[in-house]
Amino acid sequence: MSESVNQQPVPLHEHGQRRPMKKRLWWIAISPSVWAIHFLACYITAAVWCEKIGKGNLRPLQISVGIYTAIALPVIIWVGYSSYRNFRRGDPPVPYDFDDPTDRTHFFGFTAFLLSALSVVATLFTVLVFVLVGSCD
Amino acid sequence: MKDPRADRLLKAWETPKGWRYWSAVNNSEVGLWYTLTAFAFFLFGGVLALIMRVQLALPDNDWLTPDQYNQIFTMHGSVMMFLFAVPILEAISIMLLPEMLGARDLPFPRLSAYGYWCFLIGGVFVCGSLFFGVGPRGGWFMYPPMTTEYQDGIGPDIWLLGLSFIEIASIAAAVELIVGVLKCRPPGMRLNLIPLYAWYILVVAVMILFAFPPLIAGDLLMELERAMDWPFFDVERGGDPMLWQHLFWIFGHPEVYIVFLPSIALVAMMVPTFARTPMAGYGWIVLAAVGTGFLSFGLWVHHMFTTGLPGISIGIFSAASEAVAIPTGVQIFCFIATLLVGRVQRNVCLKFVLAGLATFIIGGLTGVMVAIAPFDYQAHDTYFIVGHLHYVLIGGTIFPIVAGFYYYYPFVTGKQLSERLGNITFWLMLIGFNVAFFPMHIAGLLGMPRRVYTFPGGMGFEWPNLISSIGAFGLGAGFLVLLWDVFRPKGKLPLVPRNVWNAGTLEWSGEIPDQPWGIRSIPIINSRYPLWEQENLLADIDAGNFYLPDAEEGRRETLVTSAVDAELMQCLRVPGPSFLPFWAAVFTGGVFIFSTYHWWIPAGCCSVLSFATIVTWLWTGTAEIPEKETKPVGLGQSLPLYVSGPAAVGWWAMFITMLGDMTAFISLVFGYFFYWTVHEDFPPEQWNGEPVVGAGTIWPLVSVGLAVVAWCAVVMARRLNRGNHSVGFYSSSLLAVAATVASGASLVWGPYSNGMDPTVHVYSSSTGVLVLWTVVHLALGATMLVYCIARRLFGKMDAKHDADIVNVTLGWHFLLLTVAITGSVLALFPWVA
Repeated sequence: MSESVNQQPVPLHEHGQRRPMKKRLWWIAISPSVWAIHFLACYITAAVWCEKIGKGNLRPLQISVGIYTAIALPVIIWVGYSSYRNFRRGDPPVPYDFDDPTDRTHFFGFTAFLLSALSVVATLFTVLVFVLVGSCD
Repeated sequence: MKDPRADRLLKAWETPKGWRYWSAVNNSEVGLWYTLTAFAFFLFGGVLALIMRVQLALPDNDWLTPDQYNQIFTMHGSVMMFLFAVPILEAISIMLLPEMLGARDLPFPRLSAYGYWCFLIGGVFVCGSLFFGVGPRGGWFMYPPMTTEYQDGIGPDIWLLGLSFIEIASIAAAVELIVGVLKCRPPGMRLNLIPLYAWYILVVAVMILFAFPPLIAGDLLMELERAMDWPFFDVERGGDPMLWQHLFWIFGHPEVYIVFLPSIALVAMMVPTFARTPMAGYGWIVLAAVGTGFLSFGLWVHHMFTTGLPGISIGIFSAASEAVAIPTGVQIFCFIATLLVGRVQRNVCLKFVLAGLATFIIGGLTGVMVAIAPFDYQAHDTYFIVGHLHYVLIGGTIFPIVAGFYYYYPFVTGKQLSERLGNITFWLMLIGFNVAFFPMHIAGLLGMPRRVYTFPGGMGFEWPNLISSIGAFGLGAGFLVLLWDVFRPKGKLPLVPRNVWNAGTLEWSGEIPDQPWGIRSIPIINSRYPLWEQENLLADIDAGNFYLPDAEEGRRETLVTSAVDAELMQCLRVPGPSFLPFWAAVFTGGVFIFSTYHWWIPAGCCSVLSFATIVTWLWTGTAEIPEKETKPVGLGQSLPLYVSGPAAVGWWAMFITMLGDMTAFISLVFGYFFYWTVHEDFPPEQWNGEPVVGAGTIWPLVSVGLAVVAWCAVVMARRLNRGNHSVGFYSSSLLAVAATVASGASLVWGPYSNGMDPTVHVYSSSTGVLVLWTVVHLALGATMLVYCIARRLFGKMDAKHDADIVNVTLGWHFLLLTVAITGSVLALFPWVA
């Protein structure tokens, strides 16, 4: 075996004391999934409300969307915040663009943080429609 | 010096010769056939486009009849989307992905081969219909009621059945690619180190899994209406054509990203190579891929803005359509940043990349315009949309793929395409494309509608159309030059040096000329661009210093690693050449093709043969008990040859397949509730004087109860097998089979005893389709159990080697959910409603 193979043992263990994001691929999908559920809930409620219940008065519909948002946004923000903390653990330099095998905790944290930020924007876009549009039609 | 290990490895991976070549299942061969076939369909679709442009070059042209024109534009769209755009991504991925991941093959090579043969047979069948004048005429989206009530003949059936067949093949490819990315990486290649292409493909494959099933569900509904008069889209009997539009576009909009993302993935591989620097913002690109994947499922209604939906619904989808521009834009900024920080090497590939990005940005901006509902009301169904979508698709998909052709041609053939001819191709295509498609925006704004076989003079449409037609031939000429460059004899051209572009990713580690083993030994990876950053890597790979440098038992083997950290888990034996996938595809194709013509006896024979072939394939080629438990794979490591449960690739495949299956089922349930929202009275007591009945309350609930019994017996059977209690296993499995049959029977008995006629009203047909779907799945569940009983009886499954029953149990978890949802919806919802 040549020298170089021996030089390449990959440290397949986590560095640092805590292992917050070890093996959490699904973690990065939480925030966009919350967006998707919020989006679907808003759409279905609006569709059923406008077809079945009341075309004139949108207030109850807006209150429902407000409740959905009051649940969804804190979840997304919490995921984003804890992802950001995971990403910053060990103080990686910013702008972050590591290429290191021991770095996937930072990577998951960073990607989940970015996806949370996108999910916040997309969720607010949905809410904005209910604020700006005053009637079913 | 001759290395006997290399000889053994070569022999194991040798490509079959002579007529047996067609039994190959290795990713290099299947990927190549797939690519060439998809490209052939692309050329066919392109010729259809030119025929349309000839017809539309002049006003009041009668070169084509309206009927011919309708068939041609329908086929152009269908071929480009279903027979080119999606298959080419699968083709390129099957060919490249294992090489990028340092794997010898994808985990299920025979599944790839089966998918390919399905694609070829289905594609030839669908395209062939055009030559007999019986092609589909309803547009690539087949809107009912036009396709259900106003179009005679078998055109829509050819579309529905032929393309459903191909959609199933696409889902098979998605399963293969997801498992490939997550489980077949080289040790050390953690998820933050995988090539960006693999991230994109992972996202796209997951999207296919959730996007295609709604269309398959829609196809099922429309075919049931056409073949059996179940009125899903017939307003007179409570149906609603809008359901088709929902199901089609829940597929159709993610589809745009399903074809865009893999092409942009090629760009993400080429840009760092030509900028000679790693990609800037790897994490941002992953954000873009995952974010786009999610948001693209929230856009489908923007294709339906003019259907009279409530304004507030339109607003929600308009907002999401704006939001998706954010992640889409992020990746483009990353590419630009990489090109700015690197030392750019100019060539034809990069020209196509840049042209693709610029064109896509123009298409994206008109996309943002049409995402705004008031503008869309004006532009809808005009040539503005035709212009927009071609800028998106040609910029986002075709140009990057052409760049990919130039980039990866040496990878496949060891020869390089001509830069001189490439430049001619580039300018012909770029100028031809813009001349062809830019005037369409103007024609559209002037009011020219889409999908018309001719237009009258004097309305200002003459010049834009004539210019478009001239440009289209320029674009076509560009493809002709490319075609010549690809296929011209290159015997005298020298072979290119290894890693001709000096790229950093693992697919370029192959020797020139390439060897069939994929990679000489599977390396340990600890960077994103190992060829740039890992010292002496190629020499060590070639010397067989890494994993699996040998094939002592003459078997094809590759490594399975853990999903996130790529830690070694298993030495996977993958099957070698076989005609079984070919015959399985021929017989499955027979079922779909004969059903189109309502030739039920040949269709029935084909389904029996198809079932027998697939069972033979599973019986002989999967979950094989190895001659020893572990084997040394090199570097002092020994790995198990057989694993079951979540560590096994088969378990992942089952899980992923069932997710797709569940999505199709949920789409049918969505249909049921959709009809509830659009009707004042659902279910009605009477319709046109006839009573409307469903499945009743008791029998669906009995069915659920029996399914719970069956499921408990299945879980028990798995446990008893693991404890090596033969008698207990057989008894529990047989109890499960009996309970499954009884569950299916009671589900059918409900509507049957009530005298339900699915043709009376959509409530009955919605009930019917849920019953049909569930009963077919129960039959499959029972068959899988019988298969496990037989496996144990014949010594192919035992207490330690239990992958079959473990995977079947996993399938049963989903089956129980299916029966529970069907039973409770049918029994209880009418009371709630």
